[in-house]
Amino acid sequence: MKPAVHHYTTDVLDWRPFVTPVKLEEATPAQREALKITPANKKISDYVLVLAHDPESLLHRSPLFNAIMYGRDGLDHGGRELGAIGSSIVNRCVYCIAVHARHYNQATKTTAVVEEIFAKELDATLPDREQSIFDFSSKLSAFPPAASADDVARLRDKGLTPLETLDLILSTAIFGWANRLMHTLGEPIPAG
Amino acid sequence: MTMDLIASLAGLAADSPVRALLARREDIMDLTEKSRQAVLTPADPGGLSHTVRALIAVRAAERLGDPVLRDHYFDQFSHGEGAYDLADLVDPARRPDDPWLGAVFDHADRLTRQPRTARQSDIETLQRAGVSDADIVRLAELAAFLGYQARLISGLRLMEAAQ
Repeated sequence: MKPAVHHYTTDVLDWRPFVTPVKLEEATPAQREALKITPANKKISDYVLVLAHDPESLLHRSPLFNAIMYGRDGLDHGGRELGAIGSSIVNRCVYCIAVHARHYNQATKTTAVVEEIFAKELDATLPDREQSIFDFSSKLSAFPPAASADDVARLRDKGLTPLETLDLILSTAIFGWANRLMHTLGEPIPAG
Repeated sequence: MTMDLIASLAGLAADSPVRALLARREDIMDLTEKSRQAVLTPADPGGLSHTVRALIAVRAAERLGDPVLRDHYFDQFSHGEGAYDLADLVDPARRPDDPWLGAVFDHADRLTRQPRTARQSDIETLQRAGVSDADIVRLAELAAFLGYQARLISGLRLMEAAQ
């Protein structure tokens, strides 16, 4: 059995579940609907097959996640990914971080922000705008949530509009959800 | 309007500009409400009754120190079937005698407070207590939704205060 990955990486990882995934051939109609099974979509990940144990939640969370992370207007994609990374660092979801650090680097065509966060976690020193976004998302992700009026004022000072701030709140919050699934129902392993 | 619950929990004024922003994210608010129903009052609750789900939400809100959220879920819990027999457990410091429910509450508490510490052994503890894999996933979705909702509300309150 491959050892689990516990360090930060942007490598593509696999995910090994701690509970038995739903078997596609045994899926109920409700599970098949939530899994969006179509002839073109036969390859479904173990992660999604684990979540299919609760098809009602899966049915609504998948489009919710996509609407929050890939909305057309408002906060840019990199800003949303940085919100996701802030939450994932607080909750130490190594798999989530790998995926969204990769997305952040692709969206921004940079690697320095992710490298600094990997090295220093919540003590990372970032360019002003990125610092304000990362600090807000990591504080909002704390238990209990600890973002303050000053953190919101800093976002405004760095040029985030109220709508963009709302988008950051949403991307941070949805990762409070995603981290609690991915990090607790299984673990990352090297791909292949 | 499905965003009314979130706006109310966040304490947004009737004429708050934050409400206008939420209206621009109506699809997200609509899916948030459908998700709430899916984890709190699902058609197929499995081993986690609607009353137990509301009770887990009360305990999480208490841990989060959020009296508005706590009162909202307490109201839902107290109207639930069998709530009377579980009423002592609204205090998150109390642990049920029943091993199945005890394991479920311990895990819910971990997911609320320190999900970063979760290990495979926590899932094995649940399995040994007789909690099915499907109920483990249902519990994770519930606790995780509560984490989402609490942070959405917390963020909206900050925006409202900044107006």
